[in-house]
Amino acid sequence: MDVGTLAFSALYQFGDAFAFLVLSACGLAVIFGMMGVINLAHGEFIMCGAYVTVSAVHAGIPLPVAVVIGALVSAAVGALVEILVIRHLYDRPLDTIVATWGLSLIGTQGTLILLGSTMAGVGTPFGSFQVGDYSYSVYRLVLFGMAVLVLAALYALFNWTRFGVMARATIQVPHMAAALGVDTRLVYSLTFALGAGLAGLAGGLYAPTMTLVPTMGTTFIMEAFVTVVVGGADVFLGTAPAAALLAVVKATMTSWYGQLAGQIGLLIAVIIVIRVLPRGISGFLLRERA
Amino acid sequence: MNALSRFFRRLEGPQTLGRGPAFWVGFLVVLAGACAYPLFSDGYTVGNTVYFFTWIFMALGLCLIWGYGGSLSFGQTAFFGIAGYSYGILTINFGAAYGFTLVALVFAVAIAALFAALLGYFLFFGRISGVFLGIVTLSVTLVLERFMAQTAGPEWRIGAARLNGFNGMSNMPPLTLPWPGGDIVLFPDVQLYYVVLGLLVVVYLGLRILVNSSFGNILVAIRENPERAEMLGYDIRKYQLGTFVIGAALAGLSGVLYTSWGQYITPSSMGMTAAALPIVWVAVGGRSDLTTTLIGTVTVLAVFQALTIHGSQYALVVMGAMLVVTVLLAPSGLIFALARLVARPFAKRQPGDA
Repeated sequence: MDVGTLAFSALYQFGDAFAFLVLSACGLAVIFGMMGVINLAHGEFIMCGAYVTVSAVHAGIPLPVAVVIGALVSAAVGALVEILVIRHLYDRPLDTIVATWGLSLIGTQGTLILLGSTMAGVGTPFGSFQVGDYSYSVYRLVLFGMAVLVLAALYALFNWTRFGVMARATIQVPHMAAALGVDTRLVYSLTFALGAGLAGLAGGLYAPTMTLVPTMGTTFIMEAFVTVVVGGADVFLGTAPAAALLAVVKATMTSWYGQLAGQIGLLIAVIIVIRVLPRGISGFLLRERA
Repeated sequence: MNALSRFFRRLEGPQTLGRGPAFWVGFLVVLAGACAYPLFSDGYTVGNTVYFFTWIFMALGLCLIWGYGGSLSFGQTAFFGIAGYSYGILTINFGAAYGFTLVALVFAVAIAALFAALLGYFLFFGRISGVFLGIVTLSVTLVLERFMAQTAGPEWRIGAARLNGFNGMSNMPPLTLPWPGGDIVLFPDVQLYYVVLGLLVVVYLGLRILVNSSFGNILVAIRENPERAEMLGYDIRKYQLGTFVIGAALAGLSGVLYTSWGQYITPSSMGMTAAALPIVWVAVGGRSDLTTTLIGTVTVLAVFQALTIHGSQYALVVMGAMLVVTVLLAPSGLIFALARLVARPFAKRQPGDA
């Protein structure tokens, strides 16, 4: 095997790990970064997106549209959850975790009761291509592209739109934003819905690559947590570099010793990072700039 | 008599609900009832009741870490699992003769505590607190579950003990008390009931003494305001770490008792659902007090068991709903709120009460 194919293989695995970390973490990171709330039902929003997407595909809707529908349904559920539960708990961040964990239990077990222990999936689209001795899935490259696209879209949303300006004002000084006429409750609702929608998007995008079971959310949640903890409170200065860093760790460990070693590597990396940078990468970068 | 009253004074203090003769008479009545319970029941039912009791240690440990210390640990089941597996590995390798199971119990709890000390060092000395502490401890639990779940192959063995992947370990010997004229094997029956009940009383009273000591006062001070406690000269990291280790050891004790009770342990005892249950027990009961946690845990477990026995799939949904409702409507816990309500007419105003 020559250097070129080896380099491509390493790059491909990095891209795959990066896409997985970014897509599974961005919903969690948006909600945490904007609202200081850790959404433990994050995995269930991912599951929701995946189930809706696959159902839509079974109903004859093409996959790209189905993914969008999955994300929108998750966002709607997210908005509902925010209005019913999260809204009442903003001054008690620890209780929010506990309450969302309750929601997570309800979501997993409720899905099991309503839809059974598994659901027929859809095949991975686009087939594969050959580089050197190995074949690679095209869809994994699409996922990497989507991860980059999601980061770019979030950047545009928070920097170039009216909603973005209001949202950033609300994070910085909520009562001042409110005094200037921003409906902060609405901003929080929309942000939570956005985070839930991004989780649903991740679920929809990964649905063709995995088995649909009610507990599928837990496959994503640990990676999402780790990325958010390492990244800190800022989506762009935190989540993206954290995902890049962790993707290197994960891809290296996975190609050496397998999937589980990748996860253990992530966990050890996060424990070391928080010992050195308790506020995550974004905390470190922002302090440097300030 | 003087020594006895001094002992009782150590059990009472500002950090626990329930003081004075009335409470302790009630305590003795409940204890007497618990002691007499096997007389009115058969061995099988008593053995099932012990199953409830094995969980309470983990709940009390979480109450100490979360309710008193203010650190949210979602990793209690990790310590539970580590101790359970350690007990299995030790006893399968070395057998149960000469009371070795008790040595294995101590070692298993110590291993869990050691693991907690290592993890806690990185967390607390890295000044991780609040939500991040919960996420990291939960991640540790989930990774541990996945690690144990993939140990199905024959290469995963420690001595004679196969780890057995997702099916879990089984057939380890139950706890055995060395006794003149034949060891007492503690199968889930009346003997085990009394041993666990005794342990429970010791742990409950011990924790009461601990939280009402100066250690407990400092712990609550840290919960209320970490910066203030630090300004007053306490190294809060050491106190938090100490609490974390004690709580982990109690979770480990639960793990050992559970493993010895059913003679099996599986990776799913560390999964997402398993990790949520201690949070439900402690939150619903009232995390800021040992007694309400104890009552709450027993109540929630009884409800859960009743639902499960009647074949309802809704048991976990009910648990989740209970958690959400408690957090929204009675943040300090249902039993805690109830206790306050009952106690109000009887309470004499004490210096320091708000």
